[in-house]
Amino acid sequence: MAFITANWNPLGEAFYRKTDLYEMSWNLQDGLRDSLVAAAPYGGPIAFLREPHRCSPSSRPLLEIYSSSGVQITSFPWKSGPVVQLGWTVSDELLCVQKDGTVLIYDLFGSFKRHFSLGQEVVQTQVLEAKVFHSPYGTGVAIVTGSYRFTLATNIDDLKLRRLPEVPGLHGKPSSWVVLTQDRQTKVLLSNGPELYILDNTSCTAVCPPGVSPLSGSIVHMSVSFSYKYLALFTDTGHLWLGPSHLQDELIKVDTKKMTTPKQMVWCRRPQSQQPSVVLLWDRLLLVAGVCRDTVQFPIEEPCVLVGELDGVRIISSTNQELLQEVPLVCQEIFKIASMAPGALLLEAHREYEKCSQKADEYLREIKEQSMLGESVRQCVEAAAHEYDTNTQKSLLRAASFGKCFLTDYSPDQFVSTCRELRVLNAVREAGVGLPLTHTQFKQMTLQVLIDRLVYRRLYPLAIEICRYLKIPDYQGVSRVLKHWASCKVQQKDLSDEAIARAVCVKVGDSPGVSYSHIAAKAYECGRPELAIKLLDFEARSGEQVPLLLKMKRSQLALSKAVESGDTDLVYTVVSYLKSEMNRGDFFMTLRNQPVALSLYRQFCKLQEQETLKDLYNQDDDHQELANYYVTASYREKQRLESRLSLLQSAVDEYNKAKNEFAAKATEDEMRLLRFQRKLDDEKGAGLLGLSLQATMEALLALGLHKQAEQLYRDFRVPDKRYWWLKLKSLAEKEEWEELEKFSKSKKSPIGYLAFVEVCIKCNNKYEAKKYVSKVTPEQKVKAHLAVSDLEGAADAAIERRNESEMVVVLSRCPASDRLLIERLNRARATAAKK
Amino acid sequence: LAELADSPELPDFSLLKRLARDQLIYLLEQLPGKKDLFIEADLMSPLDRIANVSTLKQHEVDKLYKVEYKPIISTSDQVCFLIRPRIQTVKWIYVANADKAAGKFRRYKIIFTPQKFYACEAVLEEQGLFGDVTTDEWAFYLLPLDDDIISLELPEFFRDNFLAGDQRWVRTVGSALHLLHSIYGPFSKIYGIGRCAKMAYESWKEQVEEGDTKARQAEIGNAFLIDRDVDYITPLCSQVVYEGLVDDIFRIKCGCVEFGHDVTSSDKSVKVMLNSQDKVFSEIRNEHFSNVFSFLSQKARNLQTAYDKRRGMDIKQMKTFVSEELKGLKQEHRLLSLHIGACESIMKKKTKQDFQELLKTEHSLLEGFEIRECISFIEEHINRQVSMIESLRLLCLLSITENGLLPKDFRALKAQYLQSYGVDHLLTFANLRQLGLLVEQQPGETLTVMESKVGKLVNDKTAGKLTDAFSSLAKKSHFRALSRKLNLVPKSDEEYDLRVPRDMAYIFSGAYIPLSCKLIEQVLERDSWTGLEEVTKLLNGHEFAFTGSNGADLRAKSDAQRIILVMFLGGCTFSEISALRFLGRERGYKFIVVTTAITNSSRLIEALLGNKV
Repeated sequence: MAFITANWNPLGEAFYRKTDLYEMSWNLQDGLRDSLVAAAPYGGPIAFLREPHRCSPSSRPLLEIYSSSGVQITSFPWKSGPVVQLGWTVSDELLCVQKDGTVLIYDLFGSFKRHFSLGQEVVQTQVLEAKVFHSPYGTGVAIVTGSYRFTLATNIDDLKLRRLPEVPGLHGKPSSWVVLTQDRQTKVLLSNGPELYILDNTSCTAVCPPGVSPLSGSIVHMSVSFSYKYLALFTDTGHLWLGPSHLQDELIKVDTKKMTTPKQMVWCRRPQSQQPSVVLLWDRLLLVAGVCRDTVQFPIEEPCVLVGELDGVRIISSTNQELLQEVPLVCQEIFKIASMAPGALLLEAHREYEKCSQKADEYLREIKEQSMLGESVRQCVEAAAHEYDTNTQKSLLRAASFGKCFLTDYSPDQFVSTCRELRVLNAVREAGVGLPLTHTQFKQMTLQVLIDRLVYRRLYPLAIEICRYLKIPDYQGVSRVLKHWASCKVQQKDLSDEAIARAVCVKVGDSPGVSYSHIAAKAYECGRPELAIKLLDFEARSGEQVPLLLKMKRSQLALSKAVESGDTDLVYTVVSYLKSEMNRGDFFMTLRNQPVALSLYRQFCKLQEQETLKDLYNQDDDHQELANYYVTASYREKQRLESRLSLLQSAVDEYNKAKNEFAAKATEDEMRLLRFQRKLDDEKGAGLLGLSLQATMEALLALGLHKQAEQLYRDFRVPDKRYWWLKLKSLAEKEEWEELEKFSKSKKSPIGYLAFVEVCIKCNNKYEAKKYVSKVTPEQKVKAHLAVSDLEGAADAAIERRNESEMVVVLSRCPASDRLLIERLNRARATAAKK
Repeated sequence: LAELADSPELPDFSLLKRLARDQLIYLLEQLPGKKDLFIEADLMSPLDRIANVSTLKQHEVDKLYKVEYKPIISTSDQVCFLIRPRIQTVKWIYVANADKAAGKFRRYKIIFTPQKFYACEAVLEEQGLFGDVTTDEWAFYLLPLDDDIISLELPEFFRDNFLAGDQRWVRTVGSALHLLHSIYGPFSKIYGIGRCAKMAYESWKEQVEEGDTKARQAEIGNAFLIDRDVDYITPLCSQVVYEGLVDDIFRIKCGCVEFGHDVTSSDKSVKVMLNSQDKVFSEIRNEHFSNVFSFLSQKARNLQTAYDKRRGMDIKQMKTFVSEELKGLKQEHRLLSLHIGACESIMKKKTKQDFQELLKTEHSLLEGFEIRECISFIEEHINRQVSMIESLRLLCLLSITENGLLPKDFRALKAQYLQSYGVDHLLTFANLRQLGLLVEQQPGETLTVMESKVGKLVNDKTAGKLTDAFSSLAKKSHFRALSRKLNLVPKSDEEYDLRVPRDMAYIFSGAYIPLSCKLIEQVLERDSWTGLEEVTKLLNGHEFAFTGSNGADLRAKSDAQRIILVMFLGGCTFSEISALRFLGRERGYKFIVVTTAITNSSRLIEALLGNKV
């Protein structure tokens, strides 16, 4: 433990330490010389392209991808054009920027994903230099072309190329440049000799940050910090200028006394850093220059690459990898020699306790006296998170756990979560996995992203274990991993469709949030439609199956799945797709087997395509519906009688075919009626066309065309009752009482004579009404008398019939004044009741 | 009223209105600035219940128009359409829109409610308008009409689903159920009968599984879904309970009725909201009409006594009387006079001989007596052209109760009808036949063989493969058998006192217990379908019962467990609601009726007319 501070180097107030991360397990023959190297932050993968400028077909350069610990993931000969720059995206994809401005994207395993171009003019002018950068919008690419113009794209997943304005006086490669992301804008900062320019979308502005005098030499290197907050400039006079990236202030100027341009210059700071500093790399020297004007120097034996991280710098050489970082304040307090910080005391107390020494109590007492026990536990837990060495982690956590025992109301959350997170971090730091994440980085990148990264590396079991260990809801955790696993699994060419489908089904089961249709889509993309269909069968939501089935041209299957889903929108989608894809006959046949789809389509046709409707019925030999269709159509031809008749004739034919004689007959009658109406309209201008039979007769009677009405009555076999009612009403309404009387005597009324009475009364002719009372059948006599308000007559009739209920009815109508009648009725009632 | 105290509190459904209003406002604000709003005609009343004109104005709606088949006259450069997802209306919007030709630029937004349909968007696309308009959805599924009535206000559901076989609304119903479930659920048990009910249940289930569920205190216990085609008899009968009668005669629209001058006895007509807020109405709505008048006159006397109190008052008492009671009395007075007016108007129409005979015929049909007389009554009804709709209604009632008409009668009556109302009703008859509402009796044996075959198919999962013709055969009515099994028609020899109802039959003057409500009663009583197998077989099956996801039935007798949601797919009548309210009072339940629309015999028949295309 005493040695923990051995590798600490003071720089101003702070200390810097180098922690060994890995002995690299790769075996690089030529070290890192002559290669393009790209190493992603957050412990990301490393890509090499050896001798990138070699482009003879006989000896192609080799592109190699390694994990951070140097385990080879893939390697393949580079067959495309010369590469200017390699870089990694936030989702662990490799970007290869070619000289001709084409950017090729590969995944972690070296399979080509897609490519895009940085513009046509670049093909001629060529890319001089390129930088891959990360911003809140994603991963971006910036280039400077042979015509010394800058082009950049802030997000390669949503490619929008922006050509930046020309820089005045720039007639050669800029001496150095960086991409800045500020105020939601991406800009380029470049130096041309001693001058500095900022290029944004529209303008190019010369800037002169305070303290950078043009005399101090031309700026040959610049570096912007991980968070884009700080900027470092290096001049050819060996001066280093540090300041905020908005260039309004100066932090410090350091004279490094090195005239050569450093190979790399990277900011090394952490959030809440005490001492922001910059790491400069020359061939044989690594120099840390801080704001305190001090420097720390490390000699270097072999070529290295620096990777800027959120809280430090990783130094990768061909043999090992180290993390250079400022010692976190809390570690400093605990481990600084002779520190009296509460954490340090607690650690000491625990150490004594393990030795069974009473000194433990003394230390504890001391902490308690300052009432800093809680603070001391917190410090130990926090420090443990920052330590890379598992033994140190353990002793700190044990100390924290020990201290916790003496606290009554200490929330264990921080302790527990740190323990869990450290366990996860230690697991991913393993050389086999090779993700050397610090706790700070882990917190920044979030667990979700860590799982994504593991998934990109196809470390599915580990990812699932982590999800389960940290109890992440399945939907965000295990299911997501399984989804990726399955998508990857379906690409395995050496396994049969059966085997894969089974394997996927067994593993995925019905985990929530895993969409089989998604996996199937993947399988289809890889050219395995059969597998896709097998997988789709597992999809519970039929709605999800349909789009893919359509894409795979399995339209019949798609239709039945859509119908199963009960979602008519989906059915309709498939139907309209089929309609455009198939010939009409096949289309109709398909619909015929799916009544739900058929009725949906029929509904649509009724409103949009009447003709199609006819074809549909024709296809099905549905004569009944076809006939109905013609009848409907005939009503749309109200104006032209001929076409209306011909449509009705078609309806008759179809009704006959459908063996619906009744309807055929009715339709024929209608045609006859129409012709009759037309004739009369022409002759008399009666305006009958389109009326019902009843209405026609009514109209005829109203016009006094009795003969014609009579003719209809006979021709159409109108029931007597109907005709009598009709004529009765019509005559009464026209007050042709004589005519009515004649009519009543023409033969025995089929509707009786009460109707005559009532209709006359309705027309306010009591006199005429009375004429018919005598003809009314005995059963209706009372009603008839009452209708003409002849109470006496009604009473007589009721008494004669000895019908008690009728008597009651009459009684209820008697005015109280008519004593005589009431008495008579009551008497009759009494006698009737006796019987 | 003593039992009422015992019944559980209903959940607060005004939340549904608030949700709908907030969403509408949000949608309107998506189109900032002044805009004109074009509203589909039958959405106007429902919209008015959610957000009145001043609310709309607050959110920068300038003018309101009805969507019609004519050019847009708006001068605003922002136009918003609020419509049902109907192809017809979408086409109107296009036709009405000459802007494109005139080179005028406006912003258009179409808000579909309650949801978009792909077909509508396809029409927009076909017309080349897809890029010019933005579309949105207003998830306004449920309109609470009263404390215990919620309507989807989708009258076309009935025709689309049962006649055209178009299942597009099933998902809508599922979503509506999901909405209720997520606010007032979880339900402890769900029962249902009918093919559509089953599909709606499945759609709902799917939506429940997709979303995440939070454990909540249930406010509704069980749910019961029922298809309208399970029971056509009930909506075809004349309504004689006050609320139903008012609906039959004056047509209640969205919980509101317009009384004409014959009711108000002035030259103005008055719009009245009919719900439990109306103290007079809430006491008579469920009463048989014969009791209503005496009740109202009693009420009038009470009112008079209340007014009369002022006689002996000193100034101070008078002051409190005026400030506290008078307003209430005046209000009551106004309502009372309106309802008395309505009653008089109803009496004028209904106490005539004709109506009595009509009821007598209906009752005979239900009992199965004197069918010949009934047929000649119907024939005369047609001959004399009393009413186009009414005649059809009687024909249907005859056909269902008699399990089809004899071929001779079938033809004669249809021919008579065509002579009366025109041959285009051939299409109406085709529709009625398809629904099994008006069919010809098949010679006995052939049918049963056919039927058992079809029956198997219907129960099979491949039910979809049935052609329309087959399914209409399967829709054979078994009213007589059902009536016997469920004892729907009480013995007629006993006197039925309508003032003190014995059972749900009171809503039809003691002549018939509505089949739909009887089924609900039976299932709730048994807590399952067991023992009703023969009945469900007669009804073509498709019954189901599922226990909900929560184990809530442990606390089975808590208040919420006595609240039952009944959902009618295809509409329900006020009489059925009255019957359920009666059942609730008897058994200590409270029923919430959710329906795709309020229906009655005229609406039902009108939806099936073939001559309106």
